[in-house]
Amino acid sequence: MNQLIKFKIDGKECMGEKGQNIVDAAKDNQIYIPTLCNIPGIKPRGACRICTVRVNGRLMTACTSPIAEGMEIESKSVDIENLRKAIIELLFTEGNHFCPSCERSGSCDLQALGYKYQMLIPRFKFQFTDRAVEASHPKLIKDHNRCILCKRCIRAIKDEKGRSLFAFGKRGHHVEINIDTKLSKDMTDEQALEATEICPVGAILKKERGFIEPIGQRKYDKQPIGSDIETLEH
Amino acid sequence: MGQKLTIEPVTRVEGHGKVTIHLDDDNNVVQSRLHIVEFRGFERFVQGRPYWEAPVLVQRLCGICPVSHHLAAAKALDVIVGAGSEGLTPTGEKMRRLMHYGQMFQSHALHFFHLVSPDLLFGIDAKPEKRNVIEVAKEFRELAVQGVMMRKFGQEIIRATAGKKIHGTGAIPGGINKNLTLEERDFFVKGPDPLNIDKMIEWSKEAINLFKGYHKEHRALVDTFAAFPSNHLSLVRKDGALDLYHGVLRAIDQDGHKILHDIDYQNYLDYIGEEVRSWSYMKFPFLKSLGKKEGWYRVGPLARLNTCDFIPTPLAQKEFEEFRDYTHGKPNNMSMHMHWARLIETLHAAEAMRDLLNDPDLQGGELVTKGQKRNEGVGLIEAPRGTLFHHYKIDENDLISMCNLIVSTTNNNEPMNMAVRKVADELISGQRSIKESMLNAVEVAIRAYDPCLSCATHALGKMPLEISLIDARGELLDKKTN
Repeated sequence: MNQLIKFKIDGKECMGEKGQNIVDAAKDNQIYIPTLCNIPGIKPRGACRICTVRVNGRLMTACTSPIAEGMEIESKSVDIENLRKAIIELLFTEGNHFCPSCERSGSCDLQALGYKYQMLIPRFKFQFTDRAVEASHPKLIKDHNRCILCKRCIRAIKDEKGRSLFAFGKRGHHVEINIDTKLSKDMTDEQALEATEICPVGAILKKERGFIEPIGQRKYDKQPIGSDIETLEH
Repeated sequence: MGQKLTIEPVTRVEGHGKVTIHLDDDNNVVQSRLHIVEFRGFERFVQGRPYWEAPVLVQRLCGICPVSHHLAAAKALDVIVGAGSEGLTPTGEKMRRLMHYGQMFQSHALHFFHLVSPDLLFGIDAKPEKRNVIEVAKEFRELAVQGVMMRKFGQEIIRATAGKKIHGTGAIPGGINKNLTLEERDFFVKGPDPLNIDKMIEWSKEAINLFKGYHKEHRALVDTFAAFPSNHLSLVRKDGALDLYHGVLRAIDQDGHKILHDIDYQNYLDYIGEEVRSWSYMKFPFLKSLGKKEGWYRVGPLARLNTCDFIPTPLAQKEFEEFRDYTHGKPNNMSMHMHWARLIETLHAAEAMRDLLNDPDLQGGELVTKGQKRNEGVGLIEAPRGTLFHHYKIDENDLISMCNLIVSTTNNNEPMNMAVRKVADELISGQRSIKESMLNAVEVAIRAYDPCLSCATHALGKMPLEISLIDARGELLDKKTN
């Protein structure tokens, strides 16, 4: 076992293993810090910033920052929670997220966080960005309207040689997820399903299987996001 | 100097519409129109979406009968995924049927108890502050409770089959995404009064008796008000039975002669055309064989009971025989009899739900079936307000490239305009002053068709009517609001 160190989150005494990032260490201490781009077991990238915490007066991403002895972490202060809510609102207004007809509704991390932070009307203006739906791949559809550019698909879906089946294409605010048509030529149904499930929103869809989970049995129908880690106040 | 009367909005109907009545110098009606002033556009913005989204997306055009759109779209997609229009598993088809009969039951109950009963119980001439569902609840508490509980029962059936009471996701291309658990079944079959199926059947019979009592006392009004001959169109089961979920397309003329001979609805475009008129967002469908002028038809409960040969549940069949005997077996062309037909269908829906709830196929595990994919499919269903058409084409990448919807109320566009004209001719033409009751009479005629002009509207207390008198030069002469 790695060396155990002591730290605090919102004043609560915690213990963690040296080298653990704050998100994982918090989880081990039954404290939920929200994430979108993070995937357990895969190197974090700090892309979405939803896990932002304050350490010694500085804001940093909890998924990429390791715990340290005596560290005092703020996670649930009003301003940090408001910052997280603002990120959620920005993601909703920047893309075209029409939850009522999305097959990920009820299992979508972004939607679940919208509910958690009680986002009713975003304070930012909707951009109504013109985004495409790409459906030429035999097994997958990419709905760029919903993509939050978290890179989860790039980091998680790889072939047997470790090469990513997904990659960023274009630049600046035109950047979008591409599927490598050569590498994904022999994509199995299992890989396609994995790609769909690794996406925290409904941007990657496996063809011909929408809405197979009945309402009531979807991921967040059963319990709100984070409640598997921490008993949340409602 | 000509005049123009405007009724806007039309109240106690689903959605937003207005009526204009143009009078000549002698105050004779020269033109009357029901305008649908909302624009939806679902046919366009479903394009480019994955086809399996259609049943969930397109149902959002309505909050009252979304199940009908949900199922009609799913039926069209059954054809596209190769299940065919009759190839679902028994569990798949029967779950959908249960969902649909729950929808029919709650929608008909809503219309009769919430929207129409004020006219019947207090009279067309009653003051607006009296003529609403709140006053019904005050004076006829038991009846109002029945209406609310019947609607609740239907909504609970929808929740159990579609996942939610409004805008569920139960029907998917080729089948359904859940079956009915024994616990869910027992809730409806063995539940405590009043929320069980036996009580629903009993109350449905009582509602028919209420209408028949009203009919007996107001025979002249019910039999002549906004009555006019027309063609009638609906789905019927292949053996001629009333079937609200699936069947072949049949149309008859005012005397009962068949115009459409039980055709496969996949070919509906060979038989039905749509005309666009500049003053309404709603199209005017017609039977091509008769042309635009003579080819319009009625849909809905009255049309269904005119086109079918029998009802396959015993209590509703008995009521159907009395209904048919009233016109000596000939088609019934009396608009107010739409309420009678609607209540017989309510009883049929309750009986059909009872039979389905007792069918063990609902607990089956085979939910979806698929076959050779096609790029085009048509789905028809008998929605509460009449025949509903959904037609989709998809491209080689599974995205929708074309969508055509003919919604029930659209089919009734010309008949509703005819009804308005009929009432305007009989009650308004030649009159020197406008009474509020005359305008309500126009609305009563429209209301008989239970039009769903879009989502929901409510008229509690004061009726939000505005009437304008405008001369031939377009100048406002007089304005009256309640």
